[in-house]
Amino acid sequence: MSLKRNILDLRKRKIEVQKGGGDKAIEKQAAMGKLTARERILAILDENSFHEYDLFVEHLARDFDMEKKVLHGDGVITGTGTIYGSPICIYAQDFTVAGGSLGLMHARKITKIMDHALKMRMPLIGINDSGGARIQEGVNSLAGYGEIFFRNTLASGVIPQLSVILGPCAGGAVYSPALTDFVFVVENISKMFITGPGVIKSVLGEEISMEELGGARVHSEITGNAHFYAKSEIECFEQIKKLISLIPRNNTDKAPVLAPKEPLKKFKIDKIVPGNPRLPYDILNIIKSITDGSEFFEVMEMYAPNIVIGFGRMNGQTCGFVANQPKVLAGVLDCDSSDKAARFIRYCDAFNIPIITLEDMPGYLPGADQEHMGVIRHGAKILYAYSEATVPKITIIIRKAYGGGYIAMNSRHLRADFVFAWPTAEIAVMGPEGAANIVFRKEIEEAEDPEAMRKQKIEEYKEKFANPYVAAAKGYVDQVIEPLETRSMLLHALSVSANKSVSMPKKKHGIPPF
Amino acid sequence: MEDMDEKEYGEYPTLLISSGMYKTELTEKYKNRKKWVAADPKKIYALIPGTILDVYVKPGQQVKRGETILILEAMKMQNQILMPYDGKIKKVYIKPDEVLSKHQLMIEIV
Repeated sequence: MSLKRNILDLRKRKIEVQKGGGDKAIEKQAAMGKLTARERILAILDENSFHEYDLFVEHLARDFDMEKKVLHGDGVITGTGTIYGSPICIYAQDFTVAGGSLGLMHARKITKIMDHALKMRMPLIGINDSGGARIQEGVNSLAGYGEIFFRNTLASGVIPQLSVILGPCAGGAVYSPALTDFVFVVENISKMFITGPGVIKSVLGEEISMEELGGARVHSEITGNAHFYAKSEIECFEQIKKLISLIPRNNTDKAPVLAPKEPLKKFKIDKIVPGNPRLPYDILNIIKSITDGSEFFEVMEMYAPNIVIGFGRMNGQTCGFVANQPKVLAGVLDCDSSDKAARFIRYCDAFNIPIITLEDMPGYLPGADQEHMGVIRHGAKILYAYSEATVPKITIIIRKAYGGGYIAMNSRHLRADFVFAWPTAEIAVMGPEGAANIVFRKEIEEAEDPEAMRKQKIEEYKEKFANPYVAAAKGYVDQVIEPLETRSMLLHALSVSANKSVSMPKKKHGIPPF
Repeated sequence: MEDMDEKEYGEYPTLLISSGMYKTELTEKYKNRKKWVAADPKKIYALIPGTILDVYVKPGQQVKRGETILILEAMKMQNQILMPYDGKIKKVYIKPDEVLSKHQLMIEIV
């Protein structure tokens, strides 16, 4: 063959493999309202930046007549590219090829790109759209999954790992996303579960649709498995790009810094919080009155909305925000909100992102269901995560900081670097009503008019303890600040913390209350 | 004064936390939370969904602690359900081949 013929032959081979499962399968994929694996990669990455690896990999199945079947690329596309110029590794399972089923070589393509991402210290994006294990390959497909999970674990906390669920992701396959940092789901397209509706019906007689069992909304609202919910694939890709623009490439890097921007004038930080601590407001308005351009990229918006987590920039630098949400469940801590916040704190700590905590919460949610679900164990995760974090940690106490929640929300006692309080802050062992009932029980009981006495004692307690000055007198609060000073104090604290260095006791790893 | 602005938030439900009353939204998960009920030692429930293979006791029968009262097949395992203490069977709510859901009542002891 001449060189020219060799080149033409290569081009022909490429075109053939890039067809994936062929026109019919691609039509079917489109009929399900889904883009193809290749379209997805190209839509996420910068134009002309994709470099594909392992295009000519062939499957190894030799049983059940599989040896006669051609599976282009073995059902997965892998490679590298850039997002806003920043390099990333990516793979996308191709549902048009054998339902995106995972055989040994399919898995090897994935583990190869994972190894590459880890070695080159760049983020990994995995797009899941697969019927599951390739049954014809038997235990080899299980081996494949295991090798992926192992690498997800090794890479955890070293490089960002994003999982995008754009189709079914069932059985063992769900554990790769579960081990990664952020999971993206799309309405009507994403389906994640361990056991599908069919099995549940035959074993338990319970009828449930795929959407109700493990659809995008279920994982965003109920299970907490998903972090970002989108109405379309395109919206999902925008979220991915946004996230990549906010986080560092690896755990030794810093997040990209943009030019500073002032918050928008319409967010008036001194006009948001009602004076009466029993009344709600939207903490998002406080966050947006602080961040650059009033921009805030919320994570897990629908899950445990009594706590808000997400990223915003302060003078161009990415910060992680953890904030109680008084608008929902009075902003209490409970099992779900503790899990949500703790994991986010650990993410920020692993990737050198300073944490800003905004506190206004009356304590932990009471109830037998909470106690029995293990609110002790779950609540402990927040304590653990804050205590362990060595990135700059700044707390603003806006109103209520009562009891165990006060300690948990990045208090001085967990080695916060800065604790600022608004004059409206109430830092106390519990709310005035509860405290007065206990401290003055005898006086209230013995009074001629116990109700009047109770009211009087509550007022006395409020006057004396429901303020920031008792804590400030002990140095637990560094400064009582006016609401309008919040952003400038945060910027000051961040600049002072730029070279923060603390050492922790040497250990293999801790034993967090998982 | 405080009571006045509280009226503006009238549409919000109230949540009670250590004697403090807070106006706030509630989540679906919170509204659907499971209420606690004390366990009744006289009632034996299915702890796992499955199928009844065999029932060895009848109403009125005296049964000793530790005797097998029925077999519940679940997760490919034949689980022996044992009598928790010496007693008399009051009522049998299930029969062989019946498919049970989790927490379904199986046997009542007098």
